Amino acid sequence: MSAHRQPWFNAVGLARHCVLIGTSAIMVLPFVWMVSLSLKPPHEIFSSAWRLWPSTFYAVENYRAALSAVPLVRYLANGVFVCTAIFVLQILINLPCAYALAKLRFRARDTLFAAVLVGLLIPPQVLAIPLFVLFYAVGIVDTYAALILPWTISVFGIFLMRQFFRTIPDELIHAARLDGLSEFAIVWRVMLPVARPALVAFGIFSVVAHWNDLFWPLIVVQSEQIATPPLGALHFANDEAGSNYGPLMAGTVLITLPLILVFLAAQRRFVDGITMTGMK
Amino acid sequence: MAETALLPARWPALPAQFPARPYRVAASESRHAVALVAPAVGLMLVLLFGPTAAALVISCTDWEFGAAAVRFVGLANFRALAADPVFWKALGNTLTYVVVVVPACVAGGLVLALLIESRQRFRAFYRTAHFLPVMSTLVAMAVVWQTLLHPTIGLLNQVLHVIGLDGRNWLREEGTALFALALIGIWQNLGYATVLFMAGLKSIPRDLYHAADIDGADSALDRLRTVTLPLLGPVTMFVLVMMAVRAFQLFETVHVLTKGGPNKASEVLLHLIYVESFEFLRTGRGAALTVIYLAIVVGITMLQTRLVERRVHYA
Repeated sequence: MSAHRQPWFNAVGLARHCVLIGTSAIMVLPFVWMVSLSLKPPHEIFSSAWRLWPSTFYAVENYRAALSAVPLVRYLANGVFVCTAIFVLQILINLPCAYALAKLRFRARDTLFAAVLVGLLIPPQVLAIPLFVLFYAVGIVDTYAALILPWTISVFGIFLMRQFFRTIPDELIHAARLDGLSEFAIVWRVMLPVARPALVAFGIFSVVAHWNDLFWPLIVVQSEQIATPPLGALHFANDEAGSNYGPLMAGTVLITLPLILVFLAAQRRFVDGITMTGMK
Repeated sequence: MAETALLPARWPALPAQFPARPYRVAASESRHAVALVAPAVGLMLVLLFGPTAAALVISCTDWEFGAAAVRFVGLANFRALAADPVFWKALGNTLTYVVVVVPACVAGGLVLALLIESRQRFRAFYRTAHFLPVMSTLVAMAVVWQTLLHPTIGLLNQVLHVIGLDGRNWLREEGTALFALALIGIWQNLGYATVLFMAGLKSIPRDLYHAADIDGADSALDRLRTVTLPLLGPVTMFVLVMMAVRAFQLFETVHVLTKGGPNKASEVLLHLIYVESFEFLRTGRGAALTVIYLAIVVGITMLQTRLVERRVHYA
């Protein structure tokens, strides 16, 4: 870089920081505000002078109130269970299909792939009424099965894995066949390990989508025992409606925290995963 | 791609005659394939295509969930919707929301991505900060926004008060409720658009900048105009569609914060589908709304495919 450009460059760099610090602050503000309120006693929340840190530290009271008002731990455990079950079943069902679409020759392969592409166009909310009616008829409304089953088939997962398997050389599969592996064994012992980057990306996409989903759980879940975190947040917001903001914010912190911590711990993978799945 | 580097190099290249396999192998390959795709195909029919077809059929009935008798009524549900001001209000509000949120996220995301990618320093920090809302549980954060926009204790009104302006009850007034939701929508989706643009920027080959330099495009603005922006065309198209589809899926904040009110000022398509189908149990009518929603989302996605194909052809 030539020397005469230097001051101009610094000015641009400074402007960049000014803008980005400003926008970052706006992005992070609700999180800071949430934590701040969760530490404050009522009279400080309602005081007209806003302060970041409370003068009376009230966190213990707020968090205890939040934990005793609703079964927050239960919601979080439900979220972990439902998301894990969904992801494991998605792999078991969609990975073999993706492998067959990418690497095997069979009749109707092109038709099946076309069906997958059409399936990608259908937003999940479209399925709500018929699936609710179906689950009601089968008698599984308000069960974990109702929360998990609709997502076991993922045309998006099939598509993503199929595209990934296409980049894997056929020689790998031929060699595995020469070693006497069955097609089934090839899927689980050769393709699964190779597909790890794509699986991680899809896993992050899947967990984020289903951990945060409200629409479908709202429709099929009534009992508190199987409520997922977003439903829990909703129950809690309704129960604590009015002015009990300290415990409400404490509960909100506890519900948002797990996913945010996981994200901060593996942010590079998260951003790559969401970008990769987004870019299709 | 990094993934190909992970593949073992030791697999021997097979003799050329090997791929021409006898018919017997092909037949067994076909059998194996059927076994591998069968579970997925079965579930696809029961949980995806079957229900979609069922939604189309139900939309032509007068079914109310729990009612004993169901009649086929043709397009009566759609005619009833066309005559219903609430439907038009919801559709109009949805479009207003889309028209506010999508351009803000696309333009804002592009600018932020260019700024973040223009220098090394704090790049990871800025990316994380902007991406945080995308990850967060929107239902819970909606509750936080409720307190931020609260008429008395809310930070927004407190700030406005300090600079001598009158605050409002943002989520409870007809004139502002939808825009308050749009503000939250922009907050949530801006980081998503940003990281998608950042990925797009990374995929632009460095050589092109050198070439542009040699051609005399040596100022940052010239490089932006001649290389960066034209090459971001397809990504921009993609982000636009992605943001539009996400904006049409607006539901959480409406359900938590406004319930479509006041006086339907923030009623939107997906929330109306939920209310009609699962609160009023007007299943047929809800299905008709669902079909309209499906048509809009499919329309947007097809439009993208069409435009991207055209771009690829003359590029």
